[in-house]
Amino acid sequence: MLSAQNFGESGKMKEYHYAGPTEHRFSPYAFNGGTVLAVAGEDFAIVASDTRLSEGYSIHSRDSPKCYKLTDTTVLGCSGFHGDCLTLTKIIDARLKMYKHSNNKTMTSGAIAAMLSTILYSRRFFPYYVYNIIGGLDEQGKGAVYSFDPVGSYQRDTYKAGGSASAMLQPLLDNQIGFKNMEGVEHVPLTKDKAVQLVKDVFVSAAERDVYTGDALRICIVTKEGIEEQNIPLRKD
Amino acid sequence: MALAAVCGGQSSSEHFGQLFSGKQARLFDRPNHFSFGTKIQEFAVPVGNEPSGFLRSCNREEGVRIDLNHGTTTLAFKFRHGVIVAVDSRASAGNYLASNDVNKVIEINPYLLGTMSGSAADCQYWERLLAKECRLYRLRNNHRISVAAASKLLCNMMLGYRGMGLSVGSMICGWDKEGPGLYYVDDNGTRLSGRMFSTGCGNSYAYGVVDSGYKEDMTVEEAYELGCRGIAHATHRDAYSGGSVNMYHMREDGLIKVCKEDVSELIHRYREGMF
Repeated sequence: MLSAQNFGESGKMKEYHYAGPTEHRFSPYAFNGGTVLAVAGEDFAIVASDTRLSEGYSIHSRDSPKCYKLTDTTVLGCSGFHGDCLTLTKIIDARLKMYKHSNNKTMTSGAIAAMLSTILYSRRFFPYYVYNIIGGLDEQGKGAVYSFDPVGSYQRDTYKAGGSASAMLQPLLDNQIGFKNMEGVEHVPLTKDKAVQLVKDVFVSAAERDVYTGDALRICIVTKEGIEEQNIPLRKD
Repeated sequence: MALAAVCGGQSSSEHFGQLFSGKQARLFDRPNHFSFGTKIQEFAVPVGNEPSGFLRSCNREEGVRIDLNHGTTTLAFKFRHGVIVAVDSRASAGNYLASNDVNKVIEINPYLLGTMSGSAADCQYWERLLAKECRLYRLRNNHRISVAAASKLLCNMMLGYRGMGLSVGSMICGWDKEGPGLYYVDDNGTRLSGRMFSTGCGNSYAYGVVDSGYKEDMTVEEAYELGCRGIAHATHRDAYSGGSVNMYHMREDGLIKVCKEDVSELIHRYREGMF
């Protein structure tokens, strides 16, 4: 469709003209989309992500999940620039192995979070363009969620959404899990089945309204028995 | 430099030299590159660009938005019975509110604490590093580090990376042999001792409230009230501050956490006639 910009004041089409020198620069980053979400319960944690990998107007893959299993009790969700996600997870895996060999035990979720913070900060001046969320069980067996910014600032939360649809999901989670903006409601603790159902509903909503989210949903449920994975189809358009 | 050697500061001046030596390839050819920064801390720098402008230039590309957590109001003042420290708890990333429940105070030891304002990652990282150095000092010298020395350590860390785009506005508060101590340290390397400071984008509002209510012979209750008011009014007017007020009191026998109050409740209480 021809826009009004192509037509000059008299109504005739404008001649093509050279607008002057323009600078094209190489950007080390790209935005590959994707949404990640983590919820912590009394004795479980859920990390969920969509599986669409996009760039600009194209979809590179419909089967590229963003949850990475780190240990038996910890899952990392990372979205943003896929190249940095891959490198970051490689470095974390190597550091986990080094820790296991030096200390003869697996890293706990809290320790992994602190380590990820320093790994991200070592790239303070040339950041990893990745939004990370760690979900897992802490030493007492309770659910823990740690959310990060691209340069390593982190804190422990009960629930967090990150990635392209995070601004749409976070208010919904604040309302349903945090009971914010609701008066006179009994604060019922979240059960595992209710949490899983909520995560599915929340991603279906995200896929409706965010172009970069869709295709399928990968849910990782972390309990003391281990990590259970589920795949649920989402809108493919 | 003696202090640098004792505190392991040598490694950071070594890196300073490497960053500006122009031979960026050296950073990746060393055989211990695969220790991944576990033995000495390494910082990667974008080639060719000056680091502080780099992130801003990336944000112009379509789709790529790297927003870092930011924004605060913190305040601290000395009075007859010690030091009161009050901070808000909001972290914003661009226009998005990343969290309303961030902890902006780091308890280095029971007699020393640091506040954080500016970039969340910078403050968290450097103050954790400061806590590590303070702990090492205690182990090596068998007495706790003074507030002046701790703030000097942080100040020197900031000077090592001056001009590279760090954003830190911190107050180091404690009680040592000299009595109550309060220092303001920022990313330019400014280090000031004083009776009252407020940092962050809401600091002007906090200064107005605390300056008008401050009395040297305040009771402890009055001081708590003043700290709460300062932060509450600042969060009311500044968009990038909010959440809840976390208040600490540094006394001769150590620090105590006084309260954590939601700002909306406080504002309703203070401005009853207005709504």
